[in-house]
Amino acid sequence: MRLPKFTFWKTIMTVVLLAGAYATVLRYTRGLGASTNLSDRFPWGLWIGFDVMCGVMLAAGGFTLTATVYIFNLERFRPIIRPTVLTAFLGYVLVVVALLFDLGRPYRIWHPLVMWNPHSVMFEVAWCVTLYTTVLALEFAPIVFERLNLEKALRIQHAIVIPLVILGVLLSTLHQSSLGSLYLIVPEKLHPLWYSPLLPVFFFISAICVGLAMTIFESYMSSKAFGKQLELPLLISLGRVLVVALAVYAVLRFEDLYHRGALQYLRHPGYETNLFLLEVALGLLLPIALLMNRRIRESTGGLYLASVLVLLGFITNRLNVSITGMEASAGLHYFPKWTEIAITASIVAAGFAIFTLAVKYLPIFPEAKAPAARTRQGNASLPVAHGDFVFSQAGKA
Amino acid sequence: MSKAILYDATVCIGCRLCEKACADRNSLPYDDNVATEQVISAHKLTVVMTNGDKFMRRLCMNCQDPTCASVCPVGALRKTELGPVTYDESRCIGCRYCMLACPFGVPKYEWGKVLPRVRKCDMCADRVAAGRPTACAEACPTGATKFGDRDELIREAKDRIDKAPNQYINHIYGLEEVGGTSVLELSSVPFDLFGLHTPTEPLPMLTYRVLSRLPDIVSLGGVLLGGVWWITHRRAEVAAAEAKERQAKKDNDGNGKQ
Repeated sequence: MRLPKFTFWKTIMTVVLLAGAYATVLRYTRGLGASTNLSDRFPWGLWIGFDVMCGVMLAAGGFTLTATVYIFNLERFRPIIRPTVLTAFLGYVLVVVALLFDLGRPYRIWHPLVMWNPHSVMFEVAWCVTLYTTVLALEFAPIVFERLNLEKALRIQHAIVIPLVILGVLLSTLHQSSLGSLYLIVPEKLHPLWYSPLLPVFFFISAICVGLAMTIFESYMSSKAFGKQLELPLLISLGRVLVVALAVYAVLRFEDLYHRGALQYLRHPGYETNLFLLEVALGLLLPIALLMNRRIRESTGGLYLASVLVLLGFITNRLNVSITGMEASAGLHYFPKWTEIAITASIVAAGFAIFTLAVKYLPIFPEAKAPAARTRQGNASLPVAHGDFVFSQAGKA
Repeated sequence: MSKAILYDATVCIGCRLCEKACADRNSLPYDDNVATEQVISAHKLTVVMTNGDKFMRRLCMNCQDPTCASVCPVGALRKTELGPVTYDESRCIGCRYCMLACPFGVPKYEWGKVLPRVRKCDMCADRVAAGRPTACAEACPTGATKFGDRDELIREAKDRIDKAPNQYINHIYGLEEVGGTSVLELSSVPFDLFGLHTPTEPLPMLTYRVLSRLPDIVSLGGVLLGGVWWITHRRAEVAAAEAKERQAKKDNDGNGKQ
């Protein structure tokens, strides 16, 4: 049963990566004009809208969960912190890879670090993403150190982990919100259903929602794919926080629409209205309805479904801000070229592949290394003991 | 001392010599085909738009407070003292944020090239720095495009409207638009006839308002997060210490009974 499924995915993966490789050749030999549907009237497309906007958003689990465990000291969430940090780190690396496709002069990607313009949101995002990727690498480092038995490096990392986490949370707050601030500069171009002075606030709160949903989603997927035990009680708690965060976001969003007089646009059905409704239905209405129901919230399937809906809803939101909402003012409909889609799909596929490899070769999941810990806390209420983590291990080693 | 271009559409005869002069100055090809193009692009930095018997020039407005310069992450776009907004190709990373942000839709990209540049009119910055007029102003046979001091040109534009109020609409395009621009335009018909928007608020403040709060967010956030960590860990330490005490007491009691 497992083998044919694996082969199926392997085939898809191969096709996607081959198409991506060919698209990459086209991109770098023929230029952006030939390899994308971008134009003077529509300079930002799928690579910015999905790879960068959604990529950074989907990596938000990293700062959400490290803050939960290290700052708020909710130790019971420790068992799921490693896969989450891994996802976040991979996410940011892939965002940088996507930028190497999208930038007209990719070999100058480092320029913002030395050529400053503090008035530019893009400059701030560039710095934050660079620093935060470094922070994530350091947060992820102990997993590698542990594998290589580098005890001294582990102790050093342990000593700086709290400032590191605080720095990571601050950097995330800044650039998650700044991805929304990028669009503050286009009050006349972005459709009123999405343009708001509160864009940075919306982007930040939704990043937290997505961070929580992504943690649930990836715990579920890992339990399926790698046969790891599911931390259900932890995920139920996350689901409870998620529904509150979604509700806060929904109230703010609709209050803002109301105060700006933008609700009137909903009276006219059309392209923008439909996609707005899709975003709200997927990301807010359905998951809130599902998670409010205790039986659904406390079931594996219900939690999984709700988290997938949140992810799809906010992916729609980011695409609406960056693509849907910009089309009317540009006077055209943008749909990505096959090359753009192939490269985006390849980047996503690479993400899954690297995650799988990392799980195989590194101690990402607690079970992999914790038989002793499990017997020690055999009567703990959680399905998996959380004694195994690098910082408790490092001290004992 | 800031320089500007004054374009008076009522004097323009649509000869397109400004287009030709601009192409020559920027080493761009110019032939009959290019002449018919009605939109600015990477290979045509200025256009004389035609609507019936009315004309309107399109070129970079060289804003007083340019949105493009404010959004550029590497400072490739700059407002110079003299007025021109210049583009330093060697800094540009090709993020195209300037194209997204420009309220006039001016910066264009060399989509067909493997190593593309942003292209836009830079108000002949080199010529202006050398004390010469822009190529378009020099080429204009009727004086429809005039180069000079911005303040003087504004006075002149007001004068022209006052002297012939029937000939002009009462609007100097570029005087107030996005906080003022170094290109000023006069017309006998409304500017939106040519698709020219008239946003009056300078846009850079929209993002700088948020950006300027970052130091506050960082310091406040840092203290807040550090504080929360200190409190939650203090609690855990106290709980651990109390548990240890209780254990010690229990052990003592046990010993006492024996």
